[in-house]
Amino acid sequence: MSDVALRVENLSKRYLIGRVKDRYDTLREQIAQGLRSVFHPNGQHGEPPEIWALKDVSFEVKQGEVLGIIGRNGAGKSTLLKILSRITEPTAGRATIYGRVSSLLEVGTGFQPDLSGRENIYLNGAILGMRKAEIDGKFDEIVAFAEIGKFLDTPVKRYSSGMYVRLAFAVAAYLKPDILVIDEVLAVGDVAFQNKCLGKMGATAREGRTVLFVSHNMGAIANLCNSALWLDAGTIAAHGDVASTINSYLKGASAIVEASSPSSRIETKDVRVLDVRVRDSNGEECSTFGMGATIVVEFSVEFFRPFSSVDLALEVKRTATGLHVLHMVNQDCGFLIEKIAAGRRWFRVEIPDCTLYPAVYKISVWVGRGSTTLEHIPDAATFTMVQSGVSMRTTPLSYHSEAVFYVASKWTEV
Amino acid sequence: MNGISAPFIVIQPGRGLFHLDLAALWEYRELLYFLVWRDLKVRYKQTVIGAGWGLLQPLVTMVVFTVVFAGFAKMPSDGLPYPIFAYTALLPWTYFAQAINRTGACLVGNSALISKVYFPRLIVPLSAVATPAVDFCLSFLILAGMMAWFRVTPTWGVLALPLFMALTVVTALAVGLWLAPLNVRYRDVGYVIPFLTQTWMYASPVVYPVSLVPESWRALYGLNPMAGVIEGFRWALLGKASPDFGVIAVSAGAMAMLAVGGVLYFRRMERTFADVI
Repeated sequence: MSDVALRVENLSKRYLIGRVKDRYDTLREQIAQGLRSVFHPNGQHGEPPEIWALKDVSFEVKQGEVLGIIGRNGAGKSTLLKILSRITEPTAGRATIYGRVSSLLEVGTGFQPDLSGRENIYLNGAILGMRKAEIDGKFDEIVAFAEIGKFLDTPVKRYSSGMYVRLAFAVAAYLKPDILVIDEVLAVGDVAFQNKCLGKMGATAREGRTVLFVSHNMGAIANLCNSALWLDAGTIAAHGDVASTINSYLKGASAIVEASSPSSRIETKDVRVLDVRVRDSNGEECSTFGMGATIVVEFSVEFFRPFSSVDLALEVKRTATGLHVLHMVNQDCGFLIEKIAAGRRWFRVEIPDCTLYPAVYKISVWVGRGSTTLEHIPDAATFTMVQSGVSMRTTPLSYHSEAVFYVASKWTEV
Repeated sequence: MNGISAPFIVIQPGRGLFHLDLAALWEYRELLYFLVWRDLKVRYKQTVIGAGWGLLQPLVTMVVFTVVFAGFAKMPSDGLPYPIFAYTALLPWTYFAQAINRTGACLVGNSALISKVYFPRLIVPLSAVATPAVDFCLSFLILAGMMAWFRVTPTWGVLALPLFMALTVVTALAVGLWLAPLNVRYRDVGYVIPFLTQTWMYASPVVYPVSLVPESWRALYGLNPMAGVIEGFRWALLGKASPDFGVIAVSAGAMAMLAVGGVLYFRRMERTFADVI
């Protein structure tokens, strides 16, 4: 029992939708409403419309566990974090936290634009729950991490947005609680700094701290977390090891993408691509691959008239950056598609020993002749690469996310 | 199996989490210090004369009151020179008006903090009453100068001054604890506060002496905590011969009830701050 860091039991949170409007209420309206209900005691009141942001959520987090929380917008992730950070109260259920909690729901909370970087480090540190002595001790490290050097005594309102975010994250990075709760705070800042932050968080996790981490970046979740919780419409849709949870989440998510954006396809009457599937080497449908695994993409093409020849291509791009990383065509291995009759044909593309860096990738399918496009389906399927044993590195590879491919380099001293 | 010596927190609806937790307040004392420090720094960074404004305001008001009330209206002042009579009341009054102004707006003004970070919410109104206390203390310098000019020698009553200063701060906090949560729900409060302080000033013995209030109304008059505070200031600083201790006692009682009620109300309302703000 004593290795539990956090226990959540039937946690629920209800918001009254009417409440949102209350914000603009004035005493006058309130009084008018009061009078109305005096004169019409049986008026059309009814129950106020309500929404359960969380409903009967129960789970446990062990000490030293790094739990990734995933789910679509509005699934209840932020509400969960707000309750666990004691910012808002649950409507029902309870959570027991063993240890000191720090939460980072936003970068730079309480930054005061007129104060200098130096002053904001102290202010922000105090807001996040650090002692002055603690900040004094880490001050130089924080400044170095933020890379703000000579601007230390400049008011932060004169900072570039990049500097601002770096400084804000740097303060938070030196929090040393038992349990760290982090919302999607890395969505800001440039890629290089994001990776530096991910590295810092990875280090925090390795120090044996318990971390709860909300992100839409599946690559980051897959790398940092050892378990994942998928929230959907306020309830737990899946909870378990990272790979399988991400897998089922992405399956659900990509179904939505396909249904909602049929118009993004370029279609002609002659050809149609159907059923794009991603499988592992055993032929099972799969969307998360360890580095070095074999990825198989299968799809069918419906030809509405005969063709003398066509070309097929698959493109792979990184979801986060949109960078095209792979381009594969049928002619690569001398495979030609000629003298095609009308009808349906199946194709299989094998990508052996794929060593793309950990990230989320999208596959698009193209059918054409020469430079003429007959059909192009962007984002036809999604898959995620996660770190595996191919590299003996102990740090997550995703820190260097501008790198695309892992190669088995050989190192010696000469 | 190490014994569960680690602190643990239970989060559940109801009061478990939100009872008055003095230990948590103490834990976050440095945040209180930094919030006050922030407000002072920001103010001094953007103004030319900084602390001067805090001194100038009661001083100018005193001059205006002396001209209007002593000069034109021949207002009695318990045998004291009117300027020092008025200024002694303006010291706690200016602080009080500023403190409730700040406290009333403090939660709304710090909404980013309240919706993103946990800390005992009482820290925010506490910092709002602490910040103008700096001006309050500085204003005594001018009073000392005036006392020398008018040759008013303090009596032993001056030893009771810290007590009356504390009474002023607690009264401001008590009022603020009611206004701040109300302002979160109803932004009307922001418009009411300036009007409230203006009216309240005339309900307090700032421009006139308590002796002008009919004897039979004194007990009721004392229900205004600022009446007792100002009477106390005049007695402590100017050695006014016969302070109305009855008024002071009623005021202290009213202040205590207002403060306890304010804390309870604030604690009840703070549960929903983050949802409503």
